[in-house]
Amino acid sequence: MCQVGEDYGEPAPGEPPPVPRPSREQKCVKCKEAQPVVVIRAGDAFCRDCFKAFYVHKFRAMLGKNRLIFPGEKVLLAWSGGPSSSSMVWQVLEGLSQDSAKRLRFVAGVIFVDERTPGVFTVALRSATREKLLPKGKWLTPHSSARKHRPAERGLEGFPVEVALHPALPGSSLSPDSFCLGFSEGAACGQSLEERSKTLAEVKPILQATGFPWHVVALEEVFSLPPSVLWCSAQEPVGSERAYKAAVDSFLQQQHVLGARGGPGPTQGEEQPPQPPLDPRSLARLPAAAQTEALSQLFCSVRTLTAKEELLQTLRTHLILHMARAHGYSKVMTGDSCTRLAIKLMTNLALGRGAFLAWDTGFSDERHGDVVVVRPMRDHTLKEVAFYNRLFSVPSVFTPAVDTKAPEKASIHRLMEAFILRLQTQFPSTVSTVYRTSEKLVKAPRDGPAAGDSSPRCLLCMCALDIDAADSATAFGAQTSSRLSQMQLPIPLTETRTPPGPCCSPGVGRAQGCGQGACRREDPQACIEEQLCYSCRVNMKDLPSLDPLPPYILAEAQLRTQRAWVLQEIRDCLIEDSDNEVGQS
Amino acid sequence: MPAPPCASCHAARAALRRPRSGQALCGACFCAAFEAEVLHTVLAGRLLPPGAVVAVGASGGKDSTVLAHVLRALAPRLGISLQLVAVDEGIGGYRDAALAAVRRQAARWELPLTVVAYEDLFGGWTMDAVARSTAGSGRSRSCCTFCGVLRRRALEEGARRVGATHIVTGHNADDMAETVLMNFLRGDAGRLARGGGLGSPGEGGALPRCRPLQFASQKEVVLYAHFRRLDYFSEECVYAPEAFRGHARDLLKRLEAARPSAVLDLVHSAERLALAPAARPPRPGACSRCGALASRTLCQACALLDGLNRGRPRLAIGKGRRGLDEEATPGTPGDPVRPPASKAVPTF
Ligand SMILES: [Zn+2]
Ligand SMILES: [Zn+2]
Ligand SMILES: [Zn+2]
Repeated sequence: MCQVGEDYGEPAPGEPPPVPRPSREQKCVKCKEAQPVVVIRAGDAFCRDCFKAFYVHKFRAMLGKNRLIFPGEKVLLAWSGGPSSSSMVWQVLEGLSQDSAKRLRFVAGVIFVDERTPGVFTVALRSATREKLLPKGKWLTPHSSARKHRPAERGLEGFPVEVALHPALPGSSLSPDSFCLGFSEGAACGQSLEERSKTLAEVKPILQATGFPWHVVALEEVFSLPPSVLWCSAQEPVGSERAYKAAVDSFLQQQHVLGARGGPGPTQGEEQPPQPPLDPRSLARLPAAAQTEALSQLFCSVRTLTAKEELLQTLRTHLILHMARAHGYSKVMTGDSCTRLAIKLMTNLALGRGAFLAWDTGFSDERHGDVVVVRPMRDHTLKEVAFYNRLFSVPSVFTPAVDTKAPEKASIHRLMEAFILRLQTQFPSTVSTVYRTSEKLVKAPRDGPAAGDSSPRCLLCMCALDIDAADSATAFGAQTSSRLSQMQLPIPLTETRTPPGPCCSPGVGRAQGCGQGACRREDPQACIEEQLCYSCRVNMKDLPSLDPLPPYILAEAQLRTQRAWVLQEIRDCLIEDSDNEVGQS
Repeated sequence: MPAPPCASCHAARAALRRPRSGQALCGACFCAAFEAEVLHTVLAGRLLPPGAVVAVGASGGKDSTVLAHVLRALAPRLGISLQLVAVDEGIGGYRDAALAAVRRQAARWELPLTVVAYEDLFGGWTMDAVARSTAGSGRSRSCCTFCGVLRRRALEEGARRVGATHIVTGHNADDMAETVLMNFLRGDAGRLARGGGLGSPGEGGALPRCRPLQFASQKEVVLYAHFRRLDYFSEECVYAPEAFRGHARDLLKRLEAARPSAVLDLVHSAERLALAPAARPPRPGACSRCGALASRTLCQACALLDGLNRGRPRLAIGKGRRGLDEEATPGTPGDPVRPPASKAVPTF
C-alpha cells in the first residue's frame, strides 16, 4: 500500500516554496535522535539512515509478502534509465550483496531497451504543464528552499520513467536545469546515429558498474523476433508455500557448498546454465539500417499518439519477453512506482482495458506463462524514489531535454497523467486512493471462472479476449450494431435476427455462416482484428495498414487463423471435453 | 463548399458527422439510426418486455426528453406503454421552469404525466430546506448527493402510483463513463462492483430500472434533440454538482477529444471490471422503516431523512457511504464524510 501521501504543492511563481523546516530540536520520527533530512509528508521527518531503512523495508516487504521469486531464480531487471527503475536496480544490487539471512537470493541480470529510434517519438511526450507538478521543496538541507525540481515524464509500461526530481545538491556546481531525465524522450524523426551512440555511451558504464550480466537491445530487434514470442508457454507450477520452502532449502545447501569454495556471488552458481556470450559490444551494436527504417515507417504511420504509445509498450514487452526466454530468465522486474501505477490504471481504464487492470497494474503478471512480470516498486511513491536516489546517489540516465510542443491533449496517456498529478495537488490522497482501489481488482473475468489456457488470447497484449457478441447490449455490441443499423436503415431491427458468432463481430453483411475466422482468410486485416482484445482493436484502428507491423506478429496472426480454420473443419470429429492440444491458440 | 451526400440514403445532403464513426448523415437518417440503436439496446438487453408499463423519469432536461421521445416512437413496436413521472425537488427558481418543460412535452406527446414532490413525500422537506439544513449558509456541495438519494426514492414512489412495472432514466454513455472515473478516484469499490450493467433487475421488491441511452454519447443525444427539434430545459440546477463530478466531466471531455471512442471505451471497461468478492457490497436486506433495499438497518433515503429530522444530515449519508469502504482515508476527494457516531435507530 501507498502509505505515504504525496503532496505536489504548487508554489506561486517566483516565490520560494514553503519549506516545512523542522525546528532545531525536531528529531527523526523513527530513531528520535538524528537530525531529519527528508520530510515525506507533514510530520514524518526521517533522518538519512531511517529513511533508507524505511525505503529498503518497503521493497523487501513487497517481495517477501508475495514470495513469488524463488531462491536461485534468474530475474531480469527491466531498466529504462529512469529514476524508478534505477532505484529498483540499486535495491537489488544492495540486496544481493548484503550478508546474512537478509540477503536476496535470486540471480539478476539487467536489460535496457534502446528506443531512441528515429520516428518512434515524432512527438515528444513532454508536458506543457509539468512545471506545475513540482513537489514542494522539502530537502531539509541548507539552501533548500529555492530549489527547482524538474520532472521528466514518460507514461510507458514497464519502463515508467517517473516524474523525476533532480534537485541539485547543496554546493553542487550543477544547476538543476542542467539535468533533465528523459530517456528515449524527444528522439524525433531524423535523430542522428551519433545521438544514439551517445545514449549508449551513457548507459553502458552504469550497466557495467552493476556487475550484473546485462543486455542492451535496440527496439528495432522486434523485426527479427520469432512468432513464438506470442505463445503463452505453459506455466510452471506456481510457487506454493511448500515449493518455495523446498527451494529455499536447496538453495541454502548449495550456497553452503559454494561458500566453502570462496563465497557466493550473485553471478556464480553451478546450477546456472552457461551464460550465452554476453559481449557487450556485439549486443549493444547499432541495429541494421533496414530495421531502423522499418520501425520508423511503422511508427510514422500511426495516426495518433495514443496508439503510438500503446504500440511502443506492446513491442517493448515482446522484446523483453523474448530476451528473458532466450537467456533463461523466468521473472522480469519492472520499476513501476505507486504513482505511475495509479496513472496507468486510470489510463488503461480509459483505453477500454477494464478487464485487464489487475494484470496491467498488479504485483505480478502471469499472462505470458513461463515468464512472470513483477512490479516490486509499487509501494514507492515518485517522491520517495526521487529523495532516495538523490540521497544515495543512485545513477540514472540523463539525456538532453528536447522540448517539443506536444500538448497535453495529444494522447490519452498524457491527459490522464496530467489530470492525476494535478488532482494530487488538490487532493493529496488521490494517488493512494486509486492505488488502493486497484488492489481490490482481480484477474478472473467479471463473470464466470478464470479463463483457461485454451481461451483465445489477444494477439498483441496476450490477455484473454474480452469481446462481446456483436449484437449484445454492451458497449462493444453497440458499436457493431450501429454499423448494422446504418446499413439496414430504414428497416428496423427485429427480434428474430440470428446472432452471429462472437468471432465475426465487425463483419457486416457477412455475419451468417461465419465460423472462427474461416470466412475471411482473404482479408488479413480483418483476420488480425478478430484476434485482438477490445482495446487493441481500438488502437489498431489508428493504423492505416497493418502491413508495416513486424513479421512475427503477422506470421502468428496467420498461423492462428489457419488453426482456427482447421479446427472449424474437423470440429464435428472432435470429442468434446478431451484434453487435446488443438484447442489451444 | 457543398456538404457531402448522406452516407445512408445517398439522397439528401449530409447535415452532421457522427462523433464516433465520423459518418456523414442527413438529419433524418441520423435520427433513424439513433432510434434503431436504442431499440437494439432495449431488445438485446431485454430491458422492457412487451406489456410493460414504463415510467420515464422526466426532468425536462435533454436526456430524459430524448429518452421519452425515442421510447414514444418505439412504443408500438416494443408493445409498451409510457408514463411520464416528474419529481418536484422543491428548488426555488429552478423547479418551475423545469416542470413547465415537462408539462409542455406531456401535452405535445399526449403522454400521461404525474408529478411527485419531495415536500409531500418526505414530511415537508424540500431540497431548499435540505440545503439550508446541511450547509447552514449557502448551498452545500453535498446537496447533489442528498438529492440523488431522494430523487431515486421519489421516482420509485411516482412509478408505483401510476402502476408502472419498469422505470427508465435518461443516463447516457457520458454519465456512465464519468461515474466509473469518479468511483476510481474516490475509491468506491462497492459502486464499481455493482456498476457496469444496464440497470438493476429490481431486487427486493423495487421496480426494475434501466438506462436505454447508456450507449448513446452526450453529443449524440444533443444532436438528436436538435434534429428532432425537441423543446427541453437546459438550465443547470442551482446547486453546483459535486465538485468531483466536475473534474471527471472535464477529464472526459478531453479524453473524448483525444480519442472519440473514449466514452464507450470507458463503458466497456466498466462492464468488464472484476472486483474481489470482499469488495462487493454485502447482499442487501430490507430497510426497517420503508422496506426498500438497504445494506444497513435503514435505506439511504430513510437514513438521510432520519438525519435531517435530527438535524444531523451529513451523518446519515456518511454512514451509508462509509459502510461500503471502511478503510476510506479521510480527505478522500469527494467524500463528505464526518466521523460516524453510532446511534440507535428509532422505528415507528
Ligand atoms: Zn532516525
Ligand atoms: Zn489486446
Ligand atoms: Zn440520409
